[in-house]
Amino acid sequence: MTEITSNQVTPRDFKSDQEVRWCPGCGDHAVLNAVQKALSELGIPREKFAFISGIGCSSRFPYYMNTYGFHGIHGRASAIASGVKIANPELSVWQITGDGDALAIGGNHFIHVVRRNIDINIILFNNEIYGLTKGQYSPTSEKGIITKTSPYGTVEEPFSVGELVIGAKGKFFARTIDSNVSLSTRIYVEAAKHKGTSVVEVLQNCVIFNDGIHETVTGKDVRDDRTLILKHGEPMIFGKENNKGLILDGLKLRVVKLGENGISEKNILVHDAFESNPGIQYMLANMRYPEYPVALGVIREVPGPTYENDVVSQINEIKNSSKIKCMDDLLNSGSVWKVE
Amino acid sequence: MGTKSKVIEREEVVIRFSGDSGDGMQLTGSLFSDTAALYGNDLTTFPDYPAEIRAPQGSVGGVSGFQVHLGHSEIYTPGDNADVLVAMNPAAIKANINWTKPGGTIIYDKDNFTEKNIERAGYLKDPVVEDNLDRFNVIAAPISSMVREALKNLGLDPKTVLRTKNMFALGMVYWLFDRKLKYTEQYFEKKFSQRPEIIEANKIALRAGYYYAETIEALAPVIRISPAPIAKGKYRSICGNVATAWGLMAAAEKAKLQLFIGSYPITPASGILEELSARKDLGVKSFQAEDEIAGICTALGASFTGHLAATSTSGPGLALKSEAIGLAVMAELPIVIIDVQRGGPSTGLPTKTEQADLLQALFGRNGECPVVVLAASTPSNCFHFAFEAARIALEHMTPVILLTDGFLANGSEPWKIPAMENLPEIKPHFANQKELPYLPYKRDTAKLARFWAIPGTPDLEHRIGGLEKTVKGTVSYTPENHELMVHLRDEKVARVVEKVPDLEVVGESSGELLAVGWGGSSGYRFIAVRELQNEGYKISDVTFNYINPLPRNVREVFSRFKKIVVCELNMGQFANYLRMKFPEFHYEQINKIQGLPFTIKEIKEKCLEILEG
Repeated sequence: MTEITSNQVTPRDFKSDQEVRWCPGCGDHAVLNAVQKALSELGIPREKFAFISGIGCSSRFPYYMNTYGFHGIHGRASAIASGVKIANPELSVWQITGDGDALAIGGNHFIHVVRRNIDINIILFNNEIYGLTKGQYSPTSEKGIITKTSPYGTVEEPFSVGELVIGAKGKFFARTIDSNVSLSTRIYVEAAKHKGTSVVEVLQNCVIFNDGIHETVTGKDVRDDRTLILKHGEPMIFGKENNKGLILDGLKLRVVKLGENGISEKNILVHDAFESNPGIQYMLANMRYPEYPVALGVIREVPGPTYENDVVSQINEIKNSSKIKCMDDLLNSGSVWKVE
Repeated sequence: MGTKSKVIEREEVVIRFSGDSGDGMQLTGSLFSDTAALYGNDLTTFPDYPAEIRAPQGSVGGVSGFQVHLGHSEIYTPGDNADVLVAMNPAAIKANINWTKPGGTIIYDKDNFTEKNIERAGYLKDPVVEDNLDRFNVIAAPISSMVREALKNLGLDPKTVLRTKNMFALGMVYWLFDRKLKYTEQYFEKKFSQRPEIIEANKIALRAGYYYAETIEALAPVIRISPAPIAKGKYRSICGNVATAWGLMAAAEKAKLQLFIGSYPITPASGILEELSARKDLGVKSFQAEDEIAGICTALGASFTGHLAATSTSGPGLALKSEAIGLAVMAELPIVIIDVQRGGPSTGLPTKTEQADLLQALFGRNGECPVVVLAASTPSNCFHFAFEAARIALEHMTPVILLTDGFLANGSEPWKIPAMENLPEIKPHFANQKELPYLPYKRDTAKLARFWAIPGTPDLEHRIGGLEKTVKGTVSYTPENHELMVHLRDEKVARVVEKVPDLEVVGESSGELLAVGWGGSSGYRFIAVRELQNEGYKISDVTFNYINPLPRNVREVFSRFKKIVVCELNMGQFANYLRMKFPEFHYEQINKIQGLPFTIKEIKEKCLEILEG
C-alpha cells in the first residue's frame, strides 16, 4: 500500500459529504466524476478551487464538490464567477451551468464573460430541455420539438453553443459527451490549463424529460461513425474503420472516404485549434448529423490576454506612477484650503 | 483692477446660472462655487439640468441651471429664490423668473434675444413686457458681440469664440461679488494645458466680462459676503457622488481590504463608478458590468472572495438588483448597495431628485428579506454614511442599502477634511482557521453574524447559496429550520441597532411640533424650522439617517411633542413606515413630488398651518 501524502489529491478528495441528488441515470453523475478526476490531475490545492453555478439541475453541482462553492441565482453564474476571478486571480474558477441558465436567462452575462476573456472554466450541460422545471423547451431545443410549453412544436431556431462562443470572440471552445469520461477528463484538464474563458459544451442526457436526445449521435453502436474527436495537429479522420475524413471543398467542409476517388490521408484537413482565424473552427463547431459527424474535443484554443491580468497590471502601473498612496493623500489632494 | 466705491455686506446670497444645455452653465456655476469656497464662504450648490444632453436649442425644456447659495454663516440648502439670475437666452428667463426675487438682478445676453429665440422660449411678446422685468435690476449685456469683439484677433472659429460666452458672464458675476479671477484662470491653464489658444480665449472673455461690469457699474453697490466663521482646519469642496466613492475607499483602507465596485452607468449615480474607476492608484477594482444585475452579481462574487464589495445605481437599477440582494441576504455576504434616487416610477425623471425609493429599499424583494438601510442627508456626509454602510456590512455580514439622491449626488459643499486616523476601526467578521470544522452558518452570539471564510484558505472550504440551509450549510427544506433561519436573519439586522446613534433633536427637547425627515431633503426642513424657532415657535427638528434599524430613542423623542410632521419628497413613504413602527403617534405630512427640492417657504407655511391648526 502506498502512503498518500497531503500533497497528493485524488478524485475522492473532491467529493463533499452531501448526498448526490440527481436522478438515477442522469448524465450529470458522469460529469461530476470526470471533473473530480480532472481536478486531481491539475496539482492545484483543493482550497484554490471555486465552483460557481446558477439555477437548474446541473447548478447543484457545487454542493457535491468539497471545494469553495457558491450556488447563485438563475442565469447569473457568469457574473458571480467574474467577480470571484477578478477579486482573486489565483483561484481556479469553474462555472457550472445549463442550456437554459447560460443561454436564456443568462445569455447576456454569458456572451460578455466570453468577450472579456476572464479565466473561468465554464461547463455547459446541454440537454436541450428544462429539467428542474419539469420539461419545457430550451434555447438549444431543435425547432419543432414538442414539450410542455410547445405542445404543437416550437417555432424558433435554437442556438448553437459553439457558434455563440465564437461570435462573442471566444478563445476556447470544446465539446464532449457526458458518458465519455476519459475524453471529458482530458478536455476539462485542457480547459483548466487554458488562460482565458473556456467553454466546454457537454452533450448531456436528461433521463426524465429528454431521454436519448443525443442518442442518434452518441449511441454506443453509432458514435464512431457520427462523431469526430478532434486533436490539435492530427488529421480529421473518423469512423468505425477510421476510413472517413473531412476536406475543404471550396468554402465548405465535406465528408470523404479514404481510398475513394484518389483520396488519401494527406488530403484530409489537419486540426489547428490554435489558429486565431475561427473560419474552419466555426464550421467544425456547427457540423450536424447526418450531413456531418458532430465534432468533439477541443475545437478552438487561442491564447489571448485575460481581463483579470490586465486589471492587475493597470492597477500596478498606475499605483507606481501616482503620487496618491493612501486615503489621506487623496483627501488632501487638489484644491484644498485652510481656515485659520 | 479698479477699486470699488460702494460695497455692501450681505449675510447670504443665491445666484443662479442658467442657459441652454450646451452653454456650459454647470461649469460656470462650479467655477464660481470653487472661487467662493476658496475665499472662505460656506455654500451649497444645486445643479438642475435636462435629461437630454442637448435638448432642443432655445426651448424651456433644454434649460440647464446651476444654483449656488453662499453665505457668511453656515449654509444648509442651495436656497429658494435667486438674488442674481444669469440668463444666456430667453428660455432661461422663462424657466427661472418665478424663482428670482423681485428686486434681484438679472443679467442676460441681449444678443440672444432674437425674435426666433423669444418665440422658441414660448413668449408671445417681448419678455421684458410679458414677464414684467421692470421688477428687477436688469442688465442687458451684449455678451455674444462683446466676446466676438474681444477675441477677434485670436483667429479662432466663430463656434469656439461663442463658447466663451459663459466666461464673459462669469467675469461679470465676479465683479458683482468682488471676487478674484485667479482661481478660474488657473483652472483654464490646467484644463487646456495642451491648447494655449483656448486658455487665452477664456482668460480674455473672463476679464472682458469683469471689466465690462466695472465700466457700466453693473450693480452699485457691489455685494460682499465675508468669509463664514467656520471651524478651523483644512477644507475642500465635495459633491455627494465623490463623497460616497471616497467613503467606500476609506472603509476599505480601514478594513485592510481591497475595494470592488460592480456597476452599470445610470443617471444620477454614474459619478460614483466614474470616481472609483479613476482610483486605481489606491487599488480599486472597478467593473463596468453589462447590466445592473451583473453589477451586483460580480460584486457578490468579489464579496464571497473577501473584498469589500459595492454596487451603485438609481431606482430602476435597484429594481433589477432585487433578486441578487435577496441572494446576498440568504448567503449573508457583506455588500453595499447605493441607490442615488431620482424621480420615478420607471424611467421617470432621470435628472431630477425624489425620495420615493424608500419602500423599495426596505421591502422590495421576495420572501422575508431584511437589509440595513441608511440615508445620507448632505453632499459631504455621503462620505460618513458610505463608510458606515461598509462598516456595518463587514462587521455584521449583511447587505446594506445606502440611499442618497440626485440632489445630494450633484450638489457640493465645502467639507472639513477628516484624518483617516480619526475614523473608527473596521473589523471584518472573518472565520478563524483554527476553529474546525468550519460551519458556514454558525453565528457569533452577540451580533448573530456568520463568519466570513475566504476562498484560498485551507480547511475552510464550504458552499453557500440561495437555497435555505442548516447551520452546516446543508440544503434544507425542513419547516422548523426555515422558520428559525428567517428569524435569525431578521434578528441579525435588528441587532445592528448597536451601531445606530440616538436621534438628535435640534431645538427644544419638547414642544408643539416636531418636524421629521430623512435623507437629502433635510437641509430645507432644518432651515425652515430654525427660522420658525427664531420667530418664537415651539418647533424642533430631527433628521433620520438610520432607516433600518431605527434609532432606539424614537418613541421617547416623539412622545415629547404634541404634533409630528414628516417632510419628504414622495407621497409619504417614511410617514407610513413610522405609522407601522410606532402606531401610537399621529403623523402630519408635508410632501412634494415635482422632481424638485422643497423650498424653505413651503415648509414654513405648512408648519405654520399645523402649528396654528
